[in-house]
Order: sequence, then C-alpha cells, then structure tokens
Amino acid sequence: MKRISFKLNFVLTTLFVIGTGFFLLWVSNSFGGYWDRIITLMGIYGIMAVSYTLVNGVTGIFSLGHAGFIAIGAYTAALLTLPIQQKAMSFFIEPLIWPLNSIQMGFLPATIIGGLVAAFAAFLVGYPSLRVTGDYFAIATFGFAEIIRIVIQNSYNITNGSLGLKSIPPYTTIWWAWGWLLVTVIVIGSLKFSSYGRALRAMSEDTVAARAMGIDVFKHQLISFVVSGFFAGIGGALYAHWLTTIDPRPTSLGIMLTFFVLIMIVIGGLGSISGAVLGAIFFAFFAQWLRIVESPMNFFGINIPGIPGMSMLIFAIIFILIMLFRRKGIMGKDELSWQYIYNYFSKKAGDQD
Amino acid sequence: MIKIKGKDAAKKEVLKLENLTIRFGGLTAVDSFNGYLNKGELIGLIGPNGAGKTTIFNMITGIYKPTFGTITFNGINITGIKPQITTHLGIARTFQNIRLFSEMSVLENVMTAEHSWLQNYKAKKILHAHNPSEFPKPHWKPWFWSAVLKTPDYLKVERKMKSYAHDLLKEVGLDKYAHLKASALPYGPQRKLEIARALATKPSLLLLDEPAAGMNGQETQELLEFIENIREKFSLTILLIEHDMKFVMKICERIYVLDYGKIIAHGVPKEIQSDKKVIEAYLGDESYV
Repeated sequence: MKRISFKLNFVLTTLFVIGTGFFLLWVSNSFGGYWDRIITLMGIYGIMAVSYTLVNGVTGIFSLGHAGFIAIGAYTAALLTLPIQQKAMSFFIEPLIWPLNSIQMGFLPATIIGGLVAAFAAFLVGYPSLRVTGDYFAIATFGFAEIIRIVIQNSYNITNGSLGLKSIPPYTTIWWAWGWLLVTVIVIGSLKFSSYGRALRAMSEDTVAARAMGIDVFKHQLISFVVSGFFAGIGGALYAHWLTTIDPRPTSLGIMLTFFVLIMIVIGGLGSISGAVLGAIFFAFFAQWLRIVESPMNFFGINIPGIPGMSMLIFAIIFILIMLFRRKGIMGKDELSWQYIYNYFSKKAGDQD
Repeated sequence: MIKIKGKDAAKKEVLKLENLTIRFGGLTAVDSFNGYLNKGELIGLIGPNGAGKTTIFNMITGIYKPTFGTITFNGINITGIKPQITTHLGIARTFQNIRLFSEMSVLENVMTAEHSWLQNYKAKKILHAHNPSEFPKPHWKPWFWSAVLKTPDYLKVERKMKSYAHDLLKEVGLDKYAHLKASALPYGPQRKLEIARALATKPSLLLLDEPAAGMNGQETQELLEFIENIREKFSLTILLIEHDMKFVMKICERIYVLDYGKIIAHGVPKEIQSDKKVIEAYLGDESYV
C-alpha cells in the first residue's frame, strides 16, 4: 500500500480548501438567498457537530449538555453586538444591567468572547460532572444544560427572559460560518492527531489502562470538555447572528438542539471530524428538504393536509435504520483523508483484477 | 562506616512495603504485608485465587489507598499517590486480563504510554523535593498549547516518541505489526505489546500481573526468555504474580506466598517448594511441584 507523502497531502488539502471556497462563492452568487442561508447553516451545524464529536466521539464521554454551551455563546455574542438603542427598546420588563447596556462591539470579538464564556461555563459544569461516568454523566450534563436554559429564561435583566433577544444584526455570512468551521476543524484535528489526542482516544477505550499508562483521565476529559465548550460557544454566536432572534424555548436552544447535533455526529460516525462535517451537511440539507412532507400535497388524487412534525418522524426512522444497518455512520472512526480515498479506490481496483 | 553501609543498602532497596493493610468494609483483603524489592531483583508473588495479590499491585500503583501501612519507592513515600503519578515516578504495570487500546494501532498503543513524558511535572517536583541535588527543579511547559499549535518544540518530542516506540517494538519483535490494530494481534504478541507499552513509560519497577496466563508450554518458555531479556536491557526490577508454578520457580529469585491476605511463606524457590504451609494452602499435592 502506498503512503501519501506529507507534502502531497498538504498541497491537495490546500487545493481542496481553496476549491471549496470557490464553490461557496459560486453557490452564494448564483443561487441567491435561500441556498446561501442553507449553506451558512451547514457551516454553523458543522462547528457544533465537530466540537460535540470531540467529547462524545474522541474522548468517549456521553455529554448531553451541548445546547447549554451553544446557548451561552449565542446570548453572550448577541448581547455584545446588539445596538445600544435596540437593547433599550427590547428590555422593557426590566432594563439591562450596567456594563452590557452600554457596550456594542464588532462581530469577531463578540464571537470570541462568546466562545470564551461558553468554555468557562464548560469548565464549571465539567469539573463536578466529570466525577461521575457513563449514563450518570449524561444525566448530569443534561441537567446542567437545562439549568442554563432556565437561568436564561428567568434573568430578565440580562437575557430579557422568555421574551428573548430580537433584531440581532444578521452578521453571519457564508464566509464567517465556513471560516470558523475551518478554524474548528484545524484546531480539533490538530488536537486529535497529537499526543493529547492519542491520550483521549485511549481513555475512550479503557480508562483503567489509560490511568496506568500515566494519563490523568479527569484532567484530559476536562480539557476536551472545555475545548468543545469553546467551539460550541462560537457555533452558538454564529447561530444567533444567523437566526437574528433567540429565545430560551427548549425547541430552539434547548435539548432539541443537542439531539439535532447528536443525530449529525451519529450519522457522520462518532469520533470522526470529517464525519461530523458530513453529518452536519446531510442534516441541514434534509431538514430543509423534508419540509415538503410537512406541506399539504396531492398524492394520486388524495389530498393530504400538512402534518407538522412529520420531518422529525422521518428523521427518527432514518436514525433507527442507521442504528440497525450501519452503526458506525458514514465514516466510522476514520477520517476522510487523501490516504483514505486512495486506499478506497486502490482496493476497488484490486477487486476488479 | 557502618552508617554509610546502611545508607547504601537502603538506596538499593527499590520498593519497601511496611504493614500494608487494606480493608473493604469488614473484609481484610491484605493484612499487614511486609516486603521489599532490591534493585534488579525478580520477585514472585503467588497465592491461591482471592489471596490479595492483585490488590497489592493496585495499592502500589495507587489505584487503591491502603487502610494503613506505607509504600516506599526509591526512598519516597508514595502511599496514596494517584496512579498517574506513580507511573511517572517509574512504576509500570500490566494487567491480568489484557487491557490494550484495541481500536488503536500497535504503534499508537506504545505512543499513548509515551504521553506520560509530557505529563510528568508533578512527579518531577516530588523527585526534586526528595533529592534536589540529583533531580533538577522541573519547569512547567504548556504542552497542550504546543501540541495544538504544533510548535517545533512539540514536533521534536513527537518525533522522539515515534522513534523510541519503533525501537521498543523492534526490541520486543513486534515492529512488523506496527500499523496493525492491536486487537488484530494473536494472543502471545498482545501480551508482549502490553509489556512494551508499560516499558514506554520508562519505568524502573515493572509489575507483571500473570504474564503467562493462557499460554502453552512453548509460549511460556519464550516469555521467560523475553522477561529475562528486557530485565537486563532496561535494568528493571520486576515483581510478578503468576499461577504457573514451573514458571515462577524457574524465573524468580525470591517468592512471597500469600493466603487470605497474609504472608505464609517467603524465601528462595527451593525453600518455598519444601515449605509445608505452602504445600498445604496452595500447592495441595506435593507431586504437582
């Protein structure tokens, strides 16, 4: 089997990134607003999925708190970019507290601060929760995410409570979303393919053996959780400026979002970064495409009224089918690398001989 | 004069266990165990199932905290220290039932153990506090950031890890499997890989938990030579648990016999073979030996 050299790999990957850039440029110029928005959403979902797969796939701890960190990133960034007059208008039940009501900053610093606040929240949640393992950890993080949501719902002088934030400037373009996705993939990929990444993967297989090999399991799980929280916050910030209005309903920034991201990474393959991106693209596309089934239609002369929630039902069926027939998802634990593609095709060529 | 001699003797003692006792609820799993290992020795720890052998391993490596008693490693009291730090101090172990990272490649398994090279700051601090003249003051480095940003500093260590792992695999004869999944290896090589992985942490004391379990006569003979070989090459002190009597009698210099958490005999293999208590408690039939 031939191994692709580092140089060739680097050149091909750079070409691929530039090619993707031109493809995005072409799509956003020639298909107009609708597709532009969908593809931006794909990038945002990609960021959420890649950061989620670092915890749930690579490190092998089952967290259900991702939406909590996304929500924190979304609210932090939105509060920082909202124009001051808009804030004064929105917060009519209770006025916004001091430092926030007089700040307005650019999108990039707001996004980064959103990520940092989410990372800090991940640290606060992870520190106590990582003392339990398995299902207990899932429940603990689920609980914390719900606590975050309920705190947001009730802090009227910070988050405007259940009224939510409106008229957030629509800063998120295709370039912001996919640019941040590139950063996320590079950082988390670099982490996965380093000594730390090996330690994380080892822990996901056998914590006892990992500990005996000198790995501080708690510390490494916490690192992974915080890095994941940071990028979840970035994803949340972009999401807020894509939606332009956010509120603390469970269906928008609550447990539903965690499950959406979970579906993406399971479709893509748990633990695979490229799989997470593919899963996110797949999910964003089908979630839109399946809207047809929710609209009224004429089926061989029979009129079927629109059934709300039908698309979720179909997603559930897809999910069950994946669990039954292809448990490892699209990529399994592998990464879509040039080596992977080369091996795939050389194997195919070998079969034909 | 005598004092210096005494000091020298104490230095040679790699591991010292004093009154080591652990209770799980009402059960005393290990009851005032006293033992020592001198540098370069190969000591056996035997006893019937449930005698508390693995529990002693778990206490030495820090997985369990003894109820009382002390563990001294190279003159440092390591009682109750976390397992990762005992590993960084130089105690490595294998497991009774093989515990490899089975989804990772053979090379990655070894390199995972080498991650401890980046993580040994606390252990170095303990060593420095113990003996400032021999161990220089360690400097903390932000290895995590170096690893993510792939700084030249980190890449140098990564290259070192890779070449050392390859050397180790060559040493134990697994280099041809380097890129195979660990779970794809046959049973014997898996055992060897587990030992190689333990060696990658650069230990001075190696704890082997039933290395010959599930092996046939020829494989056991190979393992015996293998252990002798690595002991010499890496100047190791080895403590091993084993059920295969032939193996233990052949390889060990001294043997501790444990029953119901208590030492019932201690001595060279010849003495153990003829010890009445041991035969009664453990070996049962004289002709078996």
